[in-house]
Amino acid sequence: MSTSTIDLRQPSTLRAAIISEWTKLRSVRSTMWSLVATSVFTIGLGTLFCWAFINRPHRDLADSFRFDPTSRSLRGVFLAQLAIGVLGVLVMSSEYTTGMIRTSLAAVPRRRVGLVAKTIVLGTASVVVSMISTFAAFFAGQAVLSSGGVNASITDPGVMRAVIGAGAYLTLIALFGLAIGTVVRRTPGAIAALFGIVLIFPLLAQALPDPWNVDVGKLLPFNAGQAMFSVRVDPDLLTPGQGLVVFLTWIAVAFILATGLLTKRDA
Amino acid sequence: MIELNGLSKRYGDTLAVDDLTFDVMPGCVTGFLGPNGAGKTTTMRIILGLDAPTKGTALVNGKPYGQIKFPLHEVGALLDAKALHGGRKAFDHLLCLAQSNNIGRARVATVLELVGLGDVANKRAGTFSLGMGQRLGIAAAMLGDPGILMFDEPVNGLDPEGIVWIRTLLRGLAAEGRTVFISSHLMTEMAMTADRLIVVGRGHLIADATVEEFTSRGEQWVRVRSPHQRELIAALQRAGGIVTSASIGDDSDVRGLKAGQIGDIALAAGIAIHGLTEHRASLEEVFFGLTDDSVEYHGSVNA
Repeated sequence: MSTSTIDLRQPSTLRAAIISEWTKLRSVRSTMWSLVATSVFTIGLGTLFCWAFINRPHRDLADSFRFDPTSRSLRGVFLAQLAIGVLGVLVMSSEYTTGMIRTSLAAVPRRRVGLVAKTIVLGTASVVVSMISTFAAFFAGQAVLSSGGVNASITDPGVMRAVIGAGAYLTLIALFGLAIGTVVRRTPGAIAALFGIVLIFPLLAQALPDPWNVDVGKLLPFNAGQAMFSVRVDPDLLTPGQGLVVFLTWIAVAFILATGLLTKRDA
Repeated sequence: MIELNGLSKRYGDTLAVDDLTFDVMPGCVTGFLGPNGAGKTTTMRIILGLDAPTKGTALVNGKPYGQIKFPLHEVGALLDAKALHGGRKAFDHLLCLAQSNNIGRARVATVLELVGLGDVANKRAGTFSLGMGQRLGIAAAMLGDPGILMFDEPVNGLDPEGIVWIRTLLRGLAAEGRTVFISSHLMTEMAMTADRLIVVGRGHLIADATVEEFTSRGEQWVRVRSPHQRELIAALQRAGGIVTSASIGDDSDVRGLKAGQIGDIALAAGIAIHGLTEHRASLEEVFFGLTDDSVEYHGSVNA
């Protein structure tokens, strides 16, 4: 009989749950499509934006002076976040929408363990795909820009940090989606909530009277995240480090809410 | 073993489960019977820790379900054959459940064969018929070779062959000493599968008895036919029988006398008998009698 003392020889529920969640993630087609879309949007659009800049008919020196080649090549992230955000939402909301959650919770009744396992598996898959995509987008974009002599190097100050920041932003959007999917439980509502917060809040903040429009705006996930992957310091944005901390705070709050509701609510 | 103690569950104004107390013992099939809306599914959800009870406790092998580390080894449950991601292949569906409880891949293949889904292991579960879905759910329940099996309406959607299959399976599992707890709203189905019946209506316990005890509750009578019906009736009434005319033909229904006694009385009176049959109220009728007041949704013919 098992007792209340921890038996170290017993396999851990978290380890088993992680292996299980990995099987769940890889065995539905939406995962592959979301990750492929994330990659294609990040690399393809980033390169396209760079190509468009080079081929702009009236490019003057001032343009080039203000130009941030790194963030230009990472612009695909704005579209890619939709794909990876939806994946994050689906990891939990698809369980509720399909009814799988009842089977899942009967197999892993420790609900926090299940959520942690999902977070680890989704986070790992997302960080790998996001980082590969942002680095590929950077190098492809700079290759295009080099024909105009306006390219950046990965060794330039702040560049490496910005490329990693963009990958981190995509990963965190996926995790934000997971937390919101756990709170809202239904796919359409959760997707609406995620992109409402990420994309619509900044527009609403702009309508606030000066200086709140800037002060509040820069604390929103989108702008805080954007600060993470810009090389030039924008006075309307936080510093990259602050941006990361603010975005992580949003995600932490979402996960606290998600954990509370997940453990409290009837499935 | 499953133990319910004063279990109650309230959803808003509705008391879905009302102070249920009973034990489900190993080694037999226990049928959980009641009309739709009686609280059977809610009770099973609480046992599995999916819903929290408003009051009372539900223990599985002496513990709340949520405290079991790898519960599939102790309890195999099928609440809803549709509780799966339709985009996942049958094998992967079972594999992710197995892995969450440290069960190996080989066991997944074994249970798929056991339920007859070996050939469709790589088909997406969403393409399955309701019957195949039930089989997949039963396969999932069998993954951990658990001592307790709990199925909600397991024969739903199965064809006659499938119904016989699951009945045999459940009887076999109980014979191996496992606890088998199945819900149904079909009394006759339960009578063929279960050893013991727990009847609920409107969330509360109505009866908890063996199937034999149930059948013996049914009213019994004997239907007789004779070319000298009037003389026979008179003889039977003298012997203390209560005689009513049957609903069909010239037959009479006799209560208070056994078939053998009626035959003897007729013989002694020199009256020929052309028909003599024993009748007993069906389990359905016993069930309806018990639950009549507790049916939540009555059909009405003169609405």
